[in-house]
Amino acid sequence: MNAPAIATENLTRRFGRLTALDGVTFRVGRGELFGVIGPDGAGKTTLMRLLATLSRPDAGRASVLEFDTVRQQAEVRRRVGYMPGRFALYPDLTVAENLAFFAALYRTDVAANYDLIAPIYGPLERFASRPAGKLSGGMKQKLALSCALIHRPDVLLLDEPTTGVDPVSRREFWTILARLRSQGMTVVASTPYMDEASRCDRIALCDAGRFLRVDSPDAVRRSYGRPLFGLSAAADRHALLLAARRDAAVRSCYAFGNEHHLAFRDRPDPDGLRDRLEAGGFRDVCLRPIEPGVEDCFMQLTERHD
Amino acid sequence: MNALPYLLEKEFKQFLRNALLPRIALMVPLMVMLVAPLVATMDVRDVRVALVDHDRTVASRRLADRVAASPYFTLVARPAAYAAALRLVEDDRADVVLTIPADYGRQLGAGREPPRVHIAANAVNAIKAQLGAGYLSQLVAAHTATPGADRLAVQYRYNPTLDYHAYMVPALMTLLLVVLCGVLPALNIVSEKEIGTIEQINVTPVGRLTFTLAKLIPFWVIGLVAVAVGVVVGGAVYGVWPAGSLWLVGLVSLLFTGVMSGFGLVVSGYSSTLRQALFVIYFFVMIFILMGGLFTPIASMPRWAQAVTYALPTRYYGEAMRALYLKGATAIDLLPHLGALALMALGLGAWAVGSYKKTER
Repeated sequence: MNAPAIATENLTRRFGRLTALDGVTFRVGRGELFGVIGPDGAGKTTLMRLLATLSRPDAGRASVLEFDTVRQQAEVRRRVGYMPGRFALYPDLTVAENLAFFAALYRTDVAANYDLIAPIYGPLERFASRPAGKLSGGMKQKLALSCALIHRPDVLLLDEPTTGVDPVSRREFWTILARLRSQGMTVVASTPYMDEASRCDRIALCDAGRFLRVDSPDAVRRSYGRPLFGLSAAADRHALLLAARRDAAVRSCYAFGNEHHLAFRDRPDPDGLRDRLEAGGFRDVCLRPIEPGVEDCFMQLTERHD
Repeated sequence: MNALPYLLEKEFKQFLRNALLPRIALMVPLMVMLVAPLVATMDVRDVRVALVDHDRTVASRRLADRVAASPYFTLVARPAAYAAALRLVEDDRADVVLTIPADYGRQLGAGREPPRVHIAANAVNAIKAQLGAGYLSQLVAAHTATPGADRLAVQYRYNPTLDYHAYMVPALMTLLLVVLCGVLPALNIVSEKEIGTIEQINVTPVGRLTFTLAKLIPFWVIGLVAVAVGVVVGGAVYGVWPAGSLWLVGLVSLLFTGVMSGFGLVVSGYSSTLRQALFVIYFFVMIFILMGGLFTPIASMPRWAQAVTYALPTRYYGEAMRALYLKGATAIDLLPHLGALALMALGLGAWAVGSYKKTER
C-alpha cells in the first residue's frame, strides 16, 4: 500500500462529557471501499464529520490524501465528496439547479463531469425540473450522491447512505459504490447494517466511539474462532432463547432472523444441549452448524467490553 | 469570490420561489405606510368640552363661541354647576371641563386682569388630556389677554402646519426596514442549519466572506425596494416627499439596511434553532424601535437611556430621515449619521463573517 487515502491517529472527539470518538487509529488505502459498521451511537457520523472537515478533533489527528483535516482544510475540501446522513440539498431548488449549483461552488460544471455521474443521475434526468424536496427517498439519495460527485472527488465520504432506503435501492447503491471504486475512487461509507459488510474491501467494526476491529469481511468472519450453531424449536422463541442462555454449557445465544445463534463455552455438545432443552419441554429442537457472520463477530467483540 | 454570482442566484431563486416571503416583503411596506399613519395618529380632534359658565356675560359667551368654532373642540353641554360637569366626565360624555368664573366679563371689560379660568381634563388618555387642555388654554389665553399685554408668538419651523404625517413617515420607514432587513436575515442562516443544507455548503471550498456576502446582498436589494415603496406611498398618499435629495435617502437607507442585515446575520450565526434566533432578534427589534427616538423624543428619556441610544442604528437613521424629509438636509449635515451607520455596517458585516464557522469546534 502506497500513501494512504485516509489516515487517522488517536482521533478523539468529545461533546461535553460524552466521548463520541475515543482514540481511533486506522488507514484506508487508495481505491479502497471501506465500511464503517456499527450501531447508532457508535461514533460513525462523528468520524465522517471529522474527515469531512466539518468538525475538529479534541485530540489526535486525521489526514485525507495526506492533507491534515485541521490545518489544510481547503485542500481537503477540494478533494473530498461528502454526503451527510440527512438529505442536505435545497428542497426548493430543482434537481438540475441543485446539481449545477454545487458544480459551480467547486468551480466546475455539470457537462465536464457528466460521464462520472451518468449512471447515477441518468434515471433522475426526467425529473430535472422537479424541486428536490419532492423526490422519493431513493431519488433524493441518488441526487445527493450526484452532487457529492460532481467535482470528481478523489475520496468519497458517505454517512449512512442506505439508512431508511428500501432493500432493492440499498443493493443498487452498493453496486454504484463498487463501480466508483473500480474507477479508482476511495470510498468510505458508514452503515448500521451488518449485512452490507460483505460489499466492502475492508470494514471497521465500531461501538461506543471505538474501533473494535479493522479487517476484510472474510478475515473478520474467520476471527470468530469457534463453531457456531443455529438453534430453533417448535415452541415460543423467546422462551427458547432464555432457556438456552441459562444452560451452563452455553457461552452465548442471540436472536437472529429465523434461528438463534449459539456458541458453546468449551467443546461443542449439540446433542447434550438438545436433550436438555427437550427435557425442559421444548419440542423439535434443531441445532445445526452455521457459518459465523459479521454480526456474530460484532456481538462477540462487544461482549468483551461489557 | 467566483462563486458569489451562483450563490446570489440561488438566494434570489429561493426567496422568489417562497410562497410567502416576496408577498410579505411587499406587504410590509404597503401596510406600514398605508395603515399605520391612520391608526397611530397623534392629532387630537373633537375634544368634548363641558362648559360651566358662572359669569354669563357677553365676554364669556364670546369665549364659548370661540371654543365651539374651533375644529379641535365640540361643546357638548353647559351644565350649571362644576359637579354636574364632572359627572359628565365620569360618564365619558365629556373630556374637558371649562369653568368661567363670575366677574370674568366685568374685570375684562374694565381692562383689568380677570379672575382665572379653570380647565379640568380627563387624563385617562394622557395625550388627549394634555393636548386638549393645551389647545384650550392657548385659546383662552388669547381671548383673555388684556389689550397692551405681550402676546406670545409661536412659529413651528420645518413643519409649519404641525402635520404629523411628516413626522411619522420617516419613523415608519425606519420601522419597516428594521422588520424586513433585521428579522428576515436572522431567520436565514439558521434555517439552513435546521434543514441541514449548511453542511453541504460547508464541505465545499466556498469562502466565508463570499457566503456571507451572498446572504447580505439580497437584503440590501429588498431594503431599497421597500424604501422606494415607502417614499412613493408617503408622497402619493400623504403628500410628504423628502425635502432633501433622493440619492441621499437611498444612500442612508442602504447603509441602514447594511447595519440591520449584518446584525440579523450575526444573530443567525449564533443561533442553532429558528426559535432562538426569533426571540433574540425580537428583543433587539423592540429596543431599536422603542429607544431609537422614532415615536418618542430621545431628549425626554433618562440620561442613561439617552447614552444607550448612541449605540442604536435606528437613532441615526431616524434622525437622518427626519432631517431629509423635513429640513432638506445635505450630505454634509448628515456626515455624522452616515459615518456612524457605515461604521456599524462594516463592524457587523465583519462580525457576521467571523461568526459563520464552517467547522464546528
